[in-house]
Amino acid sequence: MSRVLRYGMQLVTGLLFAGLIGYFSDSPPYVYHNAEMALVKLSFSHASQRTVECRRRSAEELAQLAPNMRTTMDCPRQRVVARVELYLDEKLLFAGDMPPGGIAEDGAGSVYQRFVVPAGKHRVTARLRDSARAEGFDYEGSKLVELRPRQNFVVDFRAETGGFQFF
Amino acid sequence: MTKTGPMRRLLDRLESSFDAVFTPRHNPLNQLGALGWFFYWIVLVTGIYLYIFFDTGLSDAYESLERITHAQWYAGGVMRSLHRYASDALVLIVVVHILREWILGRFRGARWFAWVSGVPLLWFIYASGISGYWMVWDQLAQYIAIATTEWLDALPFFGEPIARNFLRDGTLSGRFFTLMVFIHIGVPLFLLFLMWVHIQRHMRPRVNPPRALAVGTLMVLVLLSLFKPALSQAPADLGTVPAIIGFDWFYLLAYPLLERISGLALWGVLVFGSIFMLCLPWLGHTRRQPAAVVDLDNCNGCGRCVQDCPFSALTLEPRQDGLPFSHQVEVKAALCMSCGICAGACPTATPFRRNREMTPGIDMPHRPLRDVLKQSVTAAAALQGNERVLVYACEAGPELSGSEASDGFAVVRLPCVAMLPPPFMDYLLNRGHVDGIFLAGCREGDCHFRLGLDWTEQRIARERDPFLRRRVARERIARAWIGCAHGTRLNAQLADFRAGLPHETGDELTARSADGPVTRGAEHV
Repeated sequence: MSRVLRYGMQLVTGLLFAGLIGYFSDSPPYVYHNAEMALVKLSFSHASQRTVECRRRSAEELAQLAPNMRTTMDCPRQRVVARVELYLDEKLLFAGDMPPGGIAEDGAGSVYQRFVVPAGKHRVTARLRDSARAEGFDYEGSKLVELRPRQNFVVDFRAETGGFQFF
Repeated sequence: MTKTGPMRRLLDRLESSFDAVFTPRHNPLNQLGALGWFFYWIVLVTGIYLYIFFDTGLSDAYESLERITHAQWYAGGVMRSLHRYASDALVLIVVVHILREWILGRFRGARWFAWVSGVPLLWFIYASGISGYWMVWDQLAQYIAIATTEWLDALPFFGEPIARNFLRDGTLSGRFFTLMVFIHIGVPLFLLFLMWVHIQRHMRPRVNPPRALAVGTLMVLVLLSLFKPALSQAPADLGTVPAIIGFDWFYLLAYPLLERISGLALWGVLVFGSIFMLCLPWLGHTRRQPAAVVDLDNCNGCGRCVQDCPFSALTLEPRQDGLPFSHQVEVKAALCMSCGICAGACPTATPFRRNREMTPGIDMPHRPLRDVLKQSVTAAAALQGNERVLVYACEAGPELSGSEASDGFAVVRLPCVAMLPPPFMDYLLNRGHVDGIFLAGCREGDCHFRLGLDWTEQRIARERDPFLRRRVARERIARAWIGCAHGTRLNAQLADFRAGLPHETGDELTARSADGPVTRGAEHV
């Protein structure tokens, strides 16, 4: 192979290498989300109520405990499995349980779900049961929203501010 | 010789083509590991430059990178592009490096260490690259941040989903970028440590590509940086979902799978894939040849074998047997690849012994040099005419076709051609056993045992001990470093060599046997 041809082939190889690196460093584009749709994200962490209410120990019960364990209130650590539901225009998007975290099941439960929904006017409703009740919900939040395409609409929850929040 | 599969033949043809274009010394396929190091250094240097100008605030990160990219496009812009493209090139080179070593079977035996230590390197390369993309805080960074944290949340380690940090702009702190800078510096530094571990069992590891290749590669990346600068995408906005994203497929190839399979399943694929790779050296054909053995009675502790071992399997230790030498050689059997290069370096491996049989100070139990010599003399005795050629063929090299003896040549196979001590060539030629010696080894620049071809060339050129004596007619020794897919070319070179051998007169015959009488045919060795 002549020197000129060799240098030419080296140049071609170098350009191919550059082309390969340059192209695949940002192409082809990845379609992650339909540009006409919106996204509803339901995500929060919440410590549900205890499975058994706290109660005051009697004097006899306290006497049976070791001196360093004699707290007047008996509060079992375990919390109930919370139930959460999300509706879009009365259509159920998600219904699921939030088991409490931790080995002793005394931590906060969490939910993180995302849903691709059509853009436009919708009523978003969220419900949470975090007590031992058999039916009904302890919290409910609802909002009428005009979702624009690609909007990331977040449904959060903070018990200390009254329940569900919509962003 | 070893049988070669279609993959290996295909690779060999590709590499031979690259040899023709780049020369064997500058063939990038022979320098994949060194190029990996080179790309790492580019990423490191450019990263230090970018870090000087990078701000770690929530909106400052994006703005500072825009300033670096546009306000000083000639410096910061090029640096940023080099940073990205060298990172991408690193992934590409590492993947090709892994595939190549796998095809060539260079992960078994004592090579398990480099293979196994290379697997975590992959994880750290990806962690380094992906954490770098977060810091730009554009739409790609937003996608990566959310997709990665959602993926991490699939693991049962986190109490509260960490993806919640990216729910909306109000939930994200500017200190997040401080954490990312820490990760993006810490992980590559640990990567460097692992790269160092990766080459620990190699004598003279190739960590720098030849200068011309390095300059050429850098120029290609600089040109790419000038013609297609790396740019940020639209700034991140957690209130808006990135829809169509410019995607770095070198680092993010697995991410689209997260939309099709669960995060836990993808973790499973990657973890079990890594475990499989870690186990690969011990799966399938795992028979190892025995390690080199030292014969202390014949070892003077000169250290030539230690210098020549490509896998650091030999060490010089204080003498234990009372002989008047300061050192003796010890073999770390677990590191020995049984290539025999050490035996070829031993000065006691000489057939010119009058009183006793040849016993090298170090030898291979499965292929003792004494047997090699006997086989050589016996094979040479069967040859007729005055173009008698003995071929020493490396087991990893190409296969010769032909009926050998009737074609005027005989083949002696060695684990590596560098196992042949130079005195053997001297002996066979000057005692008139053969008219020529033809060394057939691996493709130039790609010795299966790393350094065998270099040592052979240097011994013949009298640049490395043990030297081939000056009296040996160099025109009677040919070297053919050809890949396994080129047996036909090897036969042609052998035929040319035999045809070009000088035909001797009686005086010349005497001259090339200065230290003894010429004896044709077999003799006792």
